[in-house]
Parts: sequence; structure tokens; C-alpha cells
Amino acid sequence: MNHWIVAPVVLPALAGVAILLGARSSLRKQRMLGALATASLLGIAIFLMSQTYDGTVQVYALGAWPAPFGIVLVLDRLSAMMVLMTALVAFCSQVYAVAGSDARGANYHALFQFQLMGLCGAFLTGDLFNLFVFFEILLIASYALLLHGGGRDRVRAGLHYVIFNLVGSALFLIGVGTIYGITGTLNMADLAVKVGQIPESEAALLMSGALVLLVVFSIKAALLPLCFWLPLTYSSASAPVAALFAIMTKVGIYAIVRVYTMIFGAEAGIAADLTEPWLLPLAMLTLVVGTLGAVAGRRLRSMAAYLVIASVGTMLTAVALGNEASLGAAFYYMAHSTFVLAALFLLVDLIASQRGDAEDRLESARAVRQPALLGGLFLLVAVAIAGLPPLSGFIGKVLVLRSALATPPAVWVYSVILGTSLLTLIAMSRAGSMVFWKVGADREGIAMVAPAKGVRVTAVALLLGLVVAMTVFAGPVVAFTNALATQLLHPSEYIETVMSVAMVPAADSVPHGGGSR
Amino acid sequence: MEFLFASALGVLVTAGVYLLLRARTFPVVLGLALLGYAVNFYIFAMGRLRVGLAPIISEGASAYADPIPQALVLTAIVIGFAMTAFVLVLSLRANFDLGNDHVDGRPPVGEE
Amino acid sequence: MILALIVLLPLVGAAIPVLAARGGRDRAAWTAGILTLTALGLLLSIAGEVLAGNTIRASWPWIPAIGWNASFMLDGLGLLFALLILGIGALIVLYARNYLPNSDDLGRFYAYLLVFMGAMLGVVLSDNMLLLVVFWELTSVSSFLLIGYSSDAREGREGARMALAVTGAGGLALLGGVLVLGHIVGSYELSTILQARDVIQASPLMGVALGLVLLGAFTKSAQVPFHFWLPQAMAAPTPVSAYLHSATMVKAGVFLLARMSPVFAGTDEWLWLVGSVGLATITLAAYWALFKNNLKSLLAYSTISHLGLITLLFGLGTPLAAVAGVFHILNHCAFKAALFMTAGIVDHAAGTRDIRLLGGLRRSMPITAVLATIAGAAMAGVPPLNGFLSKEMLFEEVLQARVAGLPDWLLPAIVVVAVLLSVTYTIRLIRDTFFGVEPESYPRQPHEPLRGLRLPVEVLVVTCIAIGLVPGMLVAPLVFAAATAVTGETLPAYHLALWHGLNIPLLMSLIALAGGAALYGLRSRLVAAHRGVFPVIVAKSLYDAALTRFFTVAAVITRNLENGSLQRYLAWLIGTALVLGVSPFLKLGWGSGGPLFTAIDAPAAVGWLLLVVTAIGTAVFHRRRLIALAMLSTVGLVVTLGFVHFSAPDLALTQISVEVVTIVLILMALHLLPKTTPLESSTARRGRDLLLAGLAGLGVTGITWAILTRPLESIADYYLATSVPGGGGHNVVNVILVDFRGFDTYGEITVLGIAGLGIYALVDGLGVGRLHPERSQLQDEDQHPLILAVVARLMLPFALLVSVFLFLRGHNTPGGGFIAALVTSVALIVQYVAFGVGWTHRRLPRDFHPLIAVGLLIAGLTGIGSWLFGAPFLTSWHGHFRVPLIGDVEFATATLFDLGVYFAVIGAVMLTLSNLAKLGMREALLAKARERAATTTAEIEAARDIAADHFDYGEEV
Repeated sequence: MNHWIVAPVVLPALAGVAILLGARSSLRKQRMLGALATASLLGIAIFLMSQTYDGTVQVYALGAWPAPFGIVLVLDRLSAMMVLMTALVAFCSQVYAVAGSDARGANYHALFQFQLMGLCGAFLTGDLFNLFVFFEILLIASYALLLHGGGRDRVRAGLHYVIFNLVGSALFLIGVGTIYGITGTLNMADLAVKVGQIPESEAALLMSGALVLLVVFSIKAALLPLCFWLPLTYSSASAPVAALFAIMTKVGIYAIVRVYTMIFGAEAGIAADLTEPWLLPLAMLTLVVGTLGAVAGRRLRSMAAYLVIASVGTMLTAVALGNEASLGAAFYYMAHSTFVLAALFLLVDLIASQRGDAEDRLESARAVRQPALLGGLFLLVAVAIAGLPPLSGFIGKVLVLRSALATPPAVWVYSVILGTSLLTLIAMSRAGSMVFWKVGADREGIAMVAPAKGVRVTAVALLLGLVVAMTVFAGPVVAFTNALATQLLHPSEYIETVMSVAMVPAADSVPHGGGSR
Repeated sequence: MEFLFASALGVLVTAGVYLLLRARTFPVVLGLALLGYAVNFYIFAMGRLRVGLAPIISEGASAYADPIPQALVLTAIVIGFAMTAFVLVLSLRANFDLGNDHVDGRPPVGEE
Repeated sequence: MILALIVLLPLVGAAIPVLAARGGRDRAAWTAGILTLTALGLLLSIAGEVLAGNTIRASWPWIPAIGWNASFMLDGLGLLFALLILGIGALIVLYARNYLPNSDDLGRFYAYLLVFMGAMLGVVLSDNMLLLVVFWELTSVSSFLLIGYSSDAREGREGARMALAVTGAGGLALLGGVLVLGHIVGSYELSTILQARDVIQASPLMGVALGLVLLGAFTKSAQVPFHFWLPQAMAAPTPVSAYLHSATMVKAGVFLLARMSPVFAGTDEWLWLVGSVGLATITLAAYWALFKNNLKSLLAYSTISHLGLITLLFGLGTPLAAVAGVFHILNHCAFKAALFMTAGIVDHAAGTRDIRLLGGLRRSMPITAVLATIAGAAMAGVPPLNGFLSKEMLFEEVLQARVAGLPDWLLPAIVVVAVLLSVTYTIRLIRDTFFGVEPESYPRQPHEPLRGLRLPVEVLVVTCIAIGLVPGMLVAPLVFAAATAVTGETLPAYHLALWHGLNIPLLMSLIALAGGAALYGLRSRLVAAHRGVFPVIVAKSLYDAALTRFFTVAAVITRNLENGSLQRYLAWLIGTALVLGVSPFLKLGWGSGGPLFTAIDAPAAVGWLLLVVTAIGTAVFHRRRLIALAMLSTVGLVVTLGFVHFSAPDLALTQISVEVVTIVLILMALHLLPKTTPLESSTARRGRDLLLAGLAGLGVTGITWAILTRPLESIADYYLATSVPGGGGHNVVNVILVDFRGFDTYGEITVLGIAGLGIYALVDGLGVGRLHPERSQLQDEDQHPLILAVVARLMLPFALLVSVFLFLRGHNTPGGGFIAALVTSVALIVQYVAFGVGWTHRRLPRDFHPLIAVGLLIAGLTGIGSWLFGAPFLTSWHGHFRVPLIGDVEFATATLFDLGVYFAVIGAVMLTLSNLAKLGMREALLAKARERAATTTAEIEAARDIAADHFDYGEEV
């Protein structure tokens, strides 16, 4: 039994505890502990990724109880990739945060670690109710992180975010409850089996429960019409938190993919392809609305927030197309958009801090202190986001479009994706020329601004480095995401591996029955 | 009995959702609480309703209630409690910072 | 290898001038120049092979999964363009060095220029269509930067954005077209696609592919109706215009036409689309050029017109038309670049580009005048210059062309008119600038330019003459190779020469020249007429209007969707859940429940009634908050009883203890909130909400009922069977919590802990961290009932005892760490109630963080402990011990885990409560400080704190 699989959950949890116990007095200690923990999480994530490269699925039976009775963690290509993405973004976000954003309130680093625990757990767990628990962990942590530092805007945003998600949690329970009430099990693999054999008389109830779950996941993913909590939340969160939140919407997308390709996928009998009529149209509408929002944005932050929504639209469009190529494309695009959006949120913070009262408003103001540096970074980010060559955004878009070509809705997908790309291009060029070109020369004002801290620039550079790497090594990356898609669409191995976990041999040395068995 | 139970749930949900849609934080919190009761009851009921069959292993007990939903509800109750506490304090903070307890953090403009 | 190098050299080298610029502008210029010349040298080193008729290829895999490779190809067409890009590029580097003001950051300029150069080379050398698109869009981006180089000028910014938008749109269309082509052919490799003419023309998707590809070409080459961005782009510094907008970028469009013509040429769609667009562009642009007063915009329109001419030639699709097209590309580059540069020189020398303010410059700058005149003559197609040759060929071809459904004379006639117009605007350009009367004063005193500024022009003009006189010797092989590549077949015999004898084309030339001259004489009248007929409408203004409109629309839509009302969002949420939740039943019918299981009994009925009444009551009285709260707590009570009734003792215990704590929390909160809710919602709104809520309730009822009346086969039996032997506990629920699904519990207490931390941070943000309970006596001043105090004192130890009991027995009978913890907390809360916050605070630990941490730590370590035995996280172990006196004791590691739960829960609950208490005190202090003058130092300080808190929101400084 490979104990590393549970490490992404246990390590941050204990790190959080350690910070609470050992380092509440000194921020320096907190930073060191936190950075250490995140760095080692990154290492572990890379190791786990390497384990899945050949396509093997590994199961970790917590408490040594066999599935479906105990809770299992499952390491397959998908979960490994999600954990790795989380670790990468978390690391960069933390690098940025230690430059000062973490000093504006209590317990930042502990909360940050717990946030990571929730994320990794959600990606690894193979149990539907346990998924709920980890959703709650990452939610409550995100509430606290969002509100970290306080301030009117954050509190206002926090109210919306928290209440909206609390209702979501209630719906989650209803959904899981219904599914248990019909199938009598919670383990995803077991569900995949049982759902396949569901009698027609029970099907409607089961599907109803599953669709309620879809609503919940769509909240997290920010799918239309449930995405309007996002703009205010993301644009008011502090930069590193917003950057970390770039991974949050992906949790929803992950859950949608996991549940509706494995449990309610092609083999689900009557309940097969449950999301069919809903996902594609909603995803494309989301893309359109997100792009319009970005175009209409009056501030860079709200532009960025709407670009998150747009990226969700693109990904779910690909997911909804449902063929192997499109799923692969979806996950390539996911990695790209996560990194580049995180970079954008950090970069906007740097820009805003150098424009005086104008902050990140799209209005003529004085030039930034470091036009070459920030302008250059912004150009890269804009190119990547607008999906212009040569960066990964373009590759991702090509992959999605290509996978859509043979499908019936091809015309729609093409017009929407190409159209929105153009709008994004227009919006980004407008923003860029507004911020970096249409500037007044207020020499002394500019001179008063402090140049950006090296650490912060490094954080942005790291994220952009990832984007560049995804471009240069697009070959292997695409090969991996395609393999991932194949594994997703042929879940039999996943299911068998999970269900074949009997009493773990190692457990004999600690017999459950103790003396009595 | 099943119908009594189901209808009671319905009433809880109705009241909860209605409160949820109010404009001030306090009723919303109440609504969330009601919804919480409803949800816990709902999961619990997914193990079906049994009278006098507590899932505590003992000699001579022939049948037991389904323990899983009970365990799930316990978890749900705790998490619900944590969330309620948090949103409660948040609404206080909002009331302090924004000077009103409107869910949109602003004094009402006419009809809302 | 060399091919890739030629492309990469400028792209990668772009960084060098930036660095070199630190050492002065000359270094920047030199490095840029050397890079360009090196690339040119590399190209020439392999040119011979291509002229010999071979095609050079090189390929590296990039994304093999979808056949997207970094493959390059050099054939005649590529060679011609690459030579132009690098040759003219070198001249531009020199020209820019002397043109751009010393204040400018040349390093940046050359960097952009080199990136653009590399991108252009990539376009013409790509052997993979997707790669071609990559470079194609890259030219758009780099040209955006070059046009916006003079970014402080509004025109510069807007021109750049417009160019990017239009060409970018074209690029997207091209991408679509390429994907479709690749889908048809099954490969993106150009070499393969060019071989697949029949497959493509047979495919039903051919039209789509062609249309999209043409969109790309036409936008890039500024063909009508996408021409409007080019004149705007003239805001760019002149070197940029000379390079991008005469020689290279705008030629990318016609390059694409040439590239694709082996595949599409000959089809009717091709002939009509390309031909008509070309024709329209020649004439319209030439006509518009007549009325431009700015040298550069006049040249811009003339460029558009000449591009249209080339487009038309490729549209005709005959081999010789291809030759003419290729040849004219070459010639146009030569004279148009020269003219742009002269325009720049004039601008420099005289300080204006407005033809109306210019004139007679031949006196002050004779050499430039001569150069300009020759280049102009070449443009107007005056023998013996290169322009004349390609124009003759054009006439020849349009005479030969036979288009079904058109009278044979029409095409030649239109072309002659177009050329005639071009003669007119050329005469105006040259005469009104260099000849005619000199205005009494110029913004600057005109003078001959620097050597470095004129040299490039001289080179180009000489080329124009040379090509005109001895074309066969100079360019014939190149043109032949290129044209072969375009047609994709062997060309019929032809030869480039000045004199083809007296023939119709020559006649047409004469007509054009004479007519043009005549028209110039009538120009003033023409202008008047023109103004009379068309009011000034500019495509740009339309574009701007459209864009502005679009931005507002987007804003309106967004504002209406994200209107900032949580109530609206929640309504959406509930609605969506309803729709999706109900949809399956609409599809599969409502299904029928099974038999009813349990009969109604009296207590249940009573409970039901109580529940319904109080639940509704909570909603009805929600505006009178205390009453609503009372109602709510009753609901909780009934729920508890419900759990008791339906055989869930653990739930009942948990529910009741949670209930108590929750209600206390809400009470404490309510103390700090308004006591009533104002009536805000309109009746309609409340009706809508009620409807929504009712539907939700109905849905839940229906589903619950449907499920309850069905039998359930669950995995429960396993737990019932394994609990005692495997989990060492009789209370199955508890065993599930701490063992089977211990991981859930681990997560659950983490949630509780995080909530505590979050709440602490929230309250701390208000600055109450600075309030010290010890110092504030005031809480204790208000009297607490004696009985309560006594009871509370007695209760504390007893409660602790109870919780220990609950804790220990939890594994076998109802109870467990969580319930025990809550009981403890309740006992502590009672102390608050009985003795006041201050008193209690003084006796409780100040900080509950460690308690939470310890709890989580114990739980975590218990889980990890099992690793020592090679067992997975949270594997439990239990056994029996003989303890002296007490006797046989059963112990399970799960109990240890439960201990963690116990601590974490107490910590979280107490942290929350103590912080709420702090808030309460803050308010109390505030009140007191307000009502009477602060007397004690403590209160003064506190008052200060409060004053501070009200302005300091813990927000970033």
C-alpha cells in the first residue's frame, strides 16, 4: 500500500496544525513552515504524477477497510494531474504572499495549508460523501482566506460567496442522500457498477439526485446561471488568494468530469450520458457571458474574474463534447488557464500598486514605475489568455476546435469559440493600451512609487514559465492529457482496482479484531 | 408515517427557502438553519424509517436501523454547525463594517 | 536546419538589440543589421538549389498527437518572399537608424522589428499549416507593437488596436479554415495538402475552407471591404509603414493566395470571390487615393489598390497570370518602399506630409526629387521601369481572360480605368510635392537628407530601373521558380522583356498614361464632384461606432446579469435545482412508490403538527427576530425527538447539544444585530419567493415519499456484522464515525477547527484583539441571579463528569467524543451566562487555538500511527487489557482518535464563543463610552480602541 497517496491530505493538515501550535507568535516561522510544507507537497505531487504515467491506478484503503465499506483514495492520471496543478499554483501563490499580503490578518498560513488539504482530498477521494466533506473543508478555508485582511468589499463579497455556497452544500447532501437512498452505496466505483444495473422504476429518482449534484458542481465551476457569485468574490480577494482560487473553479469541473463520465457515463444504462442536454449549451453560454463581462470590465480585476468564467465555459464545452480528443483538450486547456489566470491576478496586483489612485481601473492615469517589466509580462499574459500564438492558449484552443470538428454542434462551437477569442483579443488590447500606452507623464508621482518586490515578480514569472513550458513541451503534455482522457472513458480498470481491494495484507499485523478475531 | 415524514420535510424546506430569499442576513441564517434540519432529516430518512431498532449491537436484537445515514447525518450536523457559526459571525462583521445587515451590504433602495 | 535557423535568428535575436541599446543607438542598429544580413546570407547560401528547381524541407515533431510539427519548406515562392523580407528589412534597419529621433528607445524598436521579421519568415517558410497560422498571428501581434510604437499619439494607439482586431479576426478565420482543410486531407503538412487538390475540391467542406482561408488573406492584404485598417496603421513611424505596409505584412495575404492557389485555383468559387474582390479593390482604392492629402495615406490607398491588382491576377488562376502576379509583388515592393521612404524624408525635411502644404521641393532637395520621380514613374507604369513590365503582363492577362457570363471587354476596361486613376494620383503625388509653386514658408527649412536616410531609397530606385531594363538577367529565374510554385505545374514558355512590339497592352498603357494626365488636369473639378456625390463617409468611423456600441451593449448585458443582488442569484440557484431535479421525471414518468412500511402513531402525529406549526411560524414571524428564534429552537427540539423516535439515539444526543450551542450563538449574535427586520419585499416579490419555496418543498416531499416507500438494499449489513469483531464497538454509528469512515470525521473536525480560526480572524479584524477582559469590569457590574450562579458552579464539575462518561462509553453505547465535547462546552457557556464574560474570561485559557491544534494533532497522529504497523492511515486497533483493581478493559485506538475529536471540538466552540463575547463587550464598551464621559483609564483606552476600530478596518495600509 503506497502511503504517499494520502500524503497530499495529511501533510498540509499537519503543517497547518504545526503552524498553529509552533509559530503563531512569529510570522517568519509561519512563512518558513508554510513554504516548506507547500514545497514538499509539490515534490510529492510530482512523484505521484510519475507513478500514474504508465496508466496504473492505485487505491489507498483508509482504515484498511475494503471498498465499498471503507473510504478509499484513488490515484489515477486525473487525480494526479489535479493535485500537481494545485501544488504548482499554491507554491507560486505562496511565494507571492510571503512578500507581505499574509501579514494583514491572523492565521493566513494555517488557513492556506488547510485549503490545500481540502483541495487535494477532493481530487483524491473515491467516495462521494467524503468528497462532500473535502468540499466543505476547502470551502470553509476559502471563506476564511477570502475574508483575510478584511475590508468592506471583501466582507460584502464574502456574504454572497458564503451564503450561496452554504445553499450549495445543502443541495450536495440532498443529492448524495438521494443516490444512497436508491443505490445504498457511496463508493464511486461501486456506484458506477450499481448505477449500471438500476431498474427503470428507480432510474428517475437516481437521475434526479445526480442532476441536483450537477447543480452543486456547477456552482463551484461557475457555470451559467450559477456563476454570478464569482466576479465580486475573485476581484475582491487579495492577489495571492485570488491566484489560488484559480484552481477552485477547477474543482467543480473535476467533479463534473469524475462523476458524469465514470458513474453516469456511457455504461450507466438508463442514466447514461446524464448531462447530455444541459452541459454543452450552458457551457457555451457561459463562455459568451464571461467574455462579454471581460469586455465590459471597468477594472483589470473584474476583467480577470470574468475571464475565469470564460475559461470555464471553454473547458466545459470541451468536456461536454465528450469524445476522447475533446476531454484531453479540456485538461490541457485547464492546466493552461489555471496558470495564466493565476499569473494575471498577481500581475494585476503589481500593476495596480504602481498606478496611484487609479489602481487597476481602466482609465488614463500615470505610467507604472516599471513599464518595460510589467508591460512585457502583461503582453505575455494577454497573448496567452486571448489564445494568440505561440503560447499555450492557442494550442489549447486548437485542440478544442479540432476535437469539435467531427461533432454535430461543430458550427456552434466554432462560431462561439472563434468569436469569443476575437472579443477577448479586443478587450485585452484595449486594456493593455489603456494601462501602458495612454499614460500621463507624472514624473515625481512615478518616482515616489516603490518598484515591485523581486519575490512577487518571481511568482508571476514562475507561473508564466509554466505556460511557456506547456508550449515548448506541448507534445508530451498533450500525450499525457490524451492518455488521461482515454483512462477516463474506459473506467473499467479504475472500478476493478477499487473493488478488488480486500482486507489489506499489511493489516494482518494489526488485525482489526485484535485478540477477538 | 412515510407521508407524514415527507410532508414535514416539505414544510421545513418551504419555510427555509422562503427565509433564504429574504433581504437581511438574520432571516437568511434562520433559513439556512431550517434547511439544515431538513437536509439532516432527509439523509437520515434515506436509511428508511425504523422504530425501536437502534443500531447498537446487542444480544437478541433481531434487526437494526441502517447506521450509515446516521453516521453521515452526524458529520453533516457538525459541519452544519461550523458553517452556521461562521456565517453568523460574518453577518455580524458585515453589520459592523457596512453599517447595515442587508445581504448585499447596502441599505435598501426602494423595492428590493 | 538552415531553414529553422533563418526563422529563429531574428526571433531569438530580438533580445540582442535591447541589450546592445545600452551601448548606444548605433550598437542597437548594428546588431539588428548584422542579424538580418546573417539570415540573408544563410538564405542565399541555399537559394541556388531552389532556383535549380528543388524544394528544401526540414521537420521536427512538436505535437505529434495531432500532426502539428515544426516543419519548414523553401520553394520558389518562399524564396522570393524571404528575399524581400530580409533585403528590404536590411534597408529598413539602416533607414530607421537615421529616421527615428535620438530620444527614441531604438533597442525596443529593433526588437519588435526583428520579431516581426522572424514571424514573416515563418509564414513564408512554414510547411505546416498550423505552424503557418502561428506565425501569421505573430505578425499581427508584432505589428500591433510596431504601430503602437509611438504610443503617446492617440492615432497610434487606435490604429494599432484596429489593425490587430481586423487582422486578428482574419487570423482566427484562417485557423478555422486550416483546421477544416486538415480535417479533409488528414494532415496539416502543406506538402501533403498541396498534393490533395482533387480530394479537397471533391469535399463538401471545400466551400467552408475556402471562405475562411480567403477571409484571412483579404483582411491581411487590406482588400475591400477590410481595407480600412491600413490607412489607420499609417500612424506608425514611416520605417514601419515602409516595411509592413508596402513590402511585407500586407503581402502575407497575397502570399497565402499564391500558396493556396494550387489547391483552389480553377474552381468557380475561387475565380469569382478572389477575382471580384481584387477588381473592386483595384478600382475603389485607386479612386479614393485621388482625394487623400496626406502623403502616407495616399500611398496607403495606392498600396491597397496594387494589392488588389495582384489578388486579381491570382484570381484569374492562369499560369501566366501567376507569373505576372509574382513579378508585380517584386516590383511593387521596390517602388512602394522607395516612395514611403521618400515620404518620410519629405516629412523630416519640410516638417509636414500634407500635399496641400508642399510643393517645389525640387529646388531644396533635387536628388530626392529625382529618386521620387523615378519611383513614382515605376508605380504609374511608365516605360522603361519595372512597373511598366508587370502592368503590360497584367493587361495581356485580362485580355486573355474569359469569364463565363461577362462580356470580354469588361475586365480590360475596368483595369485600364484603375491604372488610369493610379497614373493620376501618382502625378499628383510627385508634382504637388516636388514641382509646382513653393509655398512661402515651411514648418522647417527643407534640405537634402542624411546619406544614411537616402541610401536605401537609392538602392531601391536603381533596382526599379535595372529590373525594367534587363529583367531576364536579373529576376527571371526567381520569378520563374516562384510562379512554378504558385501554379504547381510547369509553366508555358514566356519571357520577361521591356519591348513586346506594338500590341493592345501597349495601347492600353498609352491610354492609361494619357488619360491619367488629363484627369489630373481636371482634378479640382473632380474633387468638387466627389464631395457633392459622396458625403465624407469613412469606414473607420463606422468601425468605431460599431465598436463603441458593442462595448456599451456588453456593459448593459453584464450589468443586468450580475446585478449584485444575492436574492436574485439564490432564486436562480433554487430554480435551476428545481428544473434539473424534476427533469428526469418528465422524461421517465413519476414512478410508483412501493407499499407503506410503518403505520402512523400518536407521538409522530403530534410531532408532525408541532414541527409544521413552528417551521411555518419561523417564516411568518421572521421580522420579529426573537420570536422567530424561539420558533426555530422548537423546530430543533422536535427534530431531536424525531431522531429519538426513529431509533437514532446518537443523532438525538448530538442534535440536542448542537441545538443548545447554536441557539446560544444566535442569541449572542442577535444581541448585536437589529432586533427586527424591515419590510422590504414587494408583495409580488414575496409571492414569487413563496412559489419558489413551495415548489422546492413539494419536490422534496415527493422525492422523499417516493424513496421511503421503496425497499433499500444497502451495504449496511457489513457494518452491523463487522462492527464488534472488526471495530471493537457495539455502537455501530460510533464505530463508523471513528473507524470505518474515520476519514470523514477527521475532515469534519478540521472543518470545525478552520471555522474557529476563520471566526477568530473575522473578529480580530475588528480590532477587538486589543480588548482585555481583565481590564473591563463593566460586564460584571450587571447582576446575575444567585440561584443560577450556584447551580452553574455545581453544574460544572458534574457536566465534566458526564462528558467523560459519554466519551468513554461512546464506542459501545450512544455518546462519543463529539457529544462529550459539546456537553463540556455547554457547561462552560452556562458559566458565561451565570457570571458574565469578564469573570469567565479571567478563569478560562485566553487562547483556544492550541486546543484546536492539539485535537487535530492527536487525531492526525493516531491516523499516522498505523503506518508504523505498515497499515493504512487511520487503521484502528483494539484489544483487552487486565488492569489491576479495575479488571478487564477494552481499548481501541479509535478512542484515541475520539480524544482528538473531543479537544478539537471544545477548542473550536470555545474560540467561537469567546470571540462572540468579545464582540459583545466591544458593543457594551461602545455604549457606555457613549452614554457617560469615560472615567476610568480602561474605558478611555477602550473608547479610543473603538474610535480606532471604526475607521481602521484592518484593511491593507
